[in-house]
Amino acid sequence: MMNIDLKKSKAVTGAAAVANAMRQIEPHVVAAYPITPQTPIVEYFAKFVADGVVRTEMIPVESEHSAMSAVVGAAAAGARAMTATSANGLALMHEIVYIAASSRLPIVMPVVNRALSGPINIHCDHSDAMAERDSGWIQLYAETNQEAYDLTILAIKLAEHEDVRLPVMVNLDGFILSHGVEPVEFLSDEVVKEFVGKPKKVYPLLDTENPVTYGPLDLYDYYFEHKRQQVEAMEHAKKLFPRVAEEFEKISGRKYDFVEPYKLDDAEYVMVALGSTNSTIKYVVDWMREEGFKVGALKIWMFRPFPKEKIQYYLNGRKAVVVLDRAASFGAEAPLYEAVKSALYEATIRPRLGSYVYGLGGRDIVPEHIRKAFMDAIEGNLLVDEQRYLGLRE
Amino acid sequence: MPVNYIDMARTFKSNAEQVGLVQGHRLCPGCGAPVVVKFTLMTVRKLGFEPVVGLATGCLEVSTTIYPYTAWTVPYIHNAFENVAATMSGVETAAKSLKKFGEMPEDKKFAFIAFAGDGGTYDIGIQSLSGMVERGHKVLYVLYDNEGYMNTGNQRSGGTPTGSNTTTAPVGKVIPGKVQIKKSIVDIIGAHEGVYAATASISDPADFFAKVEKALNFDGPSFIAALSPCIRFWRIPDGAANSISKLAVETKYWPLYEIDRGVYRITRKPRQFKPLIEFLKAQGRFKPLLSRPDADKIVNALQEYVDKRWERLLALEEATKDKYLR
Repeated sequence: MMNIDLKKSKAVTGAAAVANAMRQIEPHVVAAYPITPQTPIVEYFAKFVADGVVRTEMIPVESEHSAMSAVVGAAAAGARAMTATSANGLALMHEIVYIAASSRLPIVMPVVNRALSGPINIHCDHSDAMAERDSGWIQLYAETNQEAYDLTILAIKLAEHEDVRLPVMVNLDGFILSHGVEPVEFLSDEVVKEFVGKPKKVYPLLDTENPVTYGPLDLYDYYFEHKRQQVEAMEHAKKLFPRVAEEFEKISGRKYDFVEPYKLDDAEYVMVALGSTNSTIKYVVDWMREEGFKVGALKIWMFRPFPKEKIQYYLNGRKAVVVLDRAASFGAEAPLYEAVKSALYEATIRPRLGSYVYGLGGRDIVPEHIRKAFMDAIEGNLLVDEQRYLGLRE
Repeated sequence: MPVNYIDMARTFKSNAEQVGLVQGHRLCPGCGAPVVVKFTLMTVRKLGFEPVVGLATGCLEVSTTIYPYTAWTVPYIHNAFENVAATMSGVETAAKSLKKFGEMPEDKKFAFIAFAGDGGTYDIGIQSLSGMVERGHKVLYVLYDNEGYMNTGNQRSGGTPTGSNTTTAPVGKVIPGKVQIKKSIVDIIGAHEGVYAATASISDPADFFAKVEKALNFDGPSFIAALSPCIRFWRIPDGAANSISKLAVETKYWPLYEIDRGVYRITRKPRQFKPLIEFLKAQGRFKPLLSRPDADKIVNALQEYVDKRWERLLALEEATKDKYLR
């Protein structure tokens, strides 16, 4: 867990923390649509613009589809461009989410994770982000408001690195983080500005002396090679992330990595999860440790590119691994479980595995649920091919 | 000083590359779309603007940029089908912001031009276009209206005329092709009030240039709907794009007018009109309709419609004279 100096911190919602990161980044352009459903991020930011706190030009577009389209245009033009969205809004962007990645535009987008319709819901789960997991965006997941703030700043540098040039989604759990108040230690404006620097303009559309064509028709003779380059760019992101994280640590004292191990040294039973639920898992780990159970947790900070090697490193040889997913993949294994299980195929000593889906549509997850999943693992009651549910009426 | 087309021809005759779209593209011989592009960009250049072009997916886009080739010598971006207006909103805003941040010279005189077909404008792109106009982005949106999804083989769009034979609204034994009336797109855009919207025809270059000039000098968004004959699916000879466009104007099918902040003005008033049937029978796409036993009835109804619409335009011109809404 991050050590936050309460004296230096402010109690803010995740949305306010992210909006403040955006204020400090001061992108050239922010295009956003406020509904379906949006979050206060854009409202806070609009106020910064209205008050002249930032020089950013804001485009209050008429849909998320246009939000993503406009930031693609702005980023191609040579501007640093951001947007923020959630759930159905992200789904509406879907087509252009792919185009942003394939155009290699380093757009950073905080995503407040909420359930996709239908039925219409609005509360937290990861179905929105999971629907974009193959879109070519880097995906980071925050456990706390502090992380949501930090990762938004860090993401700019990762996205814009010349060997990466990929867009990044910074995921924060809907309501739990976006509307939940936590202490956040903010960096100074100067430090953030220096960290993100000025964006390097790579083939900017507005360079009329050197005209470029963006988005040509790319048929069977080149499309495949371009997709291969995207695969490569993700590999670069994986290589460069530790370096960017190290630079961020220098300015913040806070260390980020692909994953965060929690009490793993001697742990025999490990739980893997994304996002804010990790705080609850850590609480349960502490509780069960007091009772003598050798349990631990592995939080996934970066889901795309998937840090397979880290998964193998931390999970190889454990007695059992329980994976928690806040999204279902209908007709297949849940997304995080599938990825972890696949990574462990190459492990020399494969742990027993269990898949637990929880919290869909904002269903609360409580320590007892997590304890139950741990106890299943401890009691040898896991079936690799069985998807179980926490907190579900059956 | 209004641009003059003889002067324009002299300027660009030996300097085609400067226009922005060069030969080598794969549009059909005789296609109207590249003429629409060139008329627009020649005016842009002549007036000293630097064009930045955005395209919606469509004929023009797929035929001019097959990777690794491009027929564009000016900055060009294609994003998707329905979002050229939103994309260009982003590009235009980026320029504004970069100037504000001091990262681009203040006096850099861009002309942001979006080109889109009727599918990307009347149908799937209308939301994005409406948003761009409502927000007031200084972008000139040029519709090349070939009245159907011609890139994909002649499917019906909201811009397809009544009675035209398309693959998704074919003239059948029971249904006489498209039964609905083409949307009045210029009125729709003109109704956004803070906009300059106009029709144009490649058969009248002077009128076309004047409208592009007015659009570029307009303090806000602008929209030009240019009729753009499709050789292939209008079933016309490959040298006929110009004469068919001319007929369209002469038969009241495509009146040349503009709406400047709510003020209607008819820019060409032919002394005599030709009957609509001349426009229809010159094109193979209306042949199945005209072979039907009820053809006369349908043609008469269409003639009545264009007559009424012309009368309405005259009345609007009169009623809105000098009454600028914004």
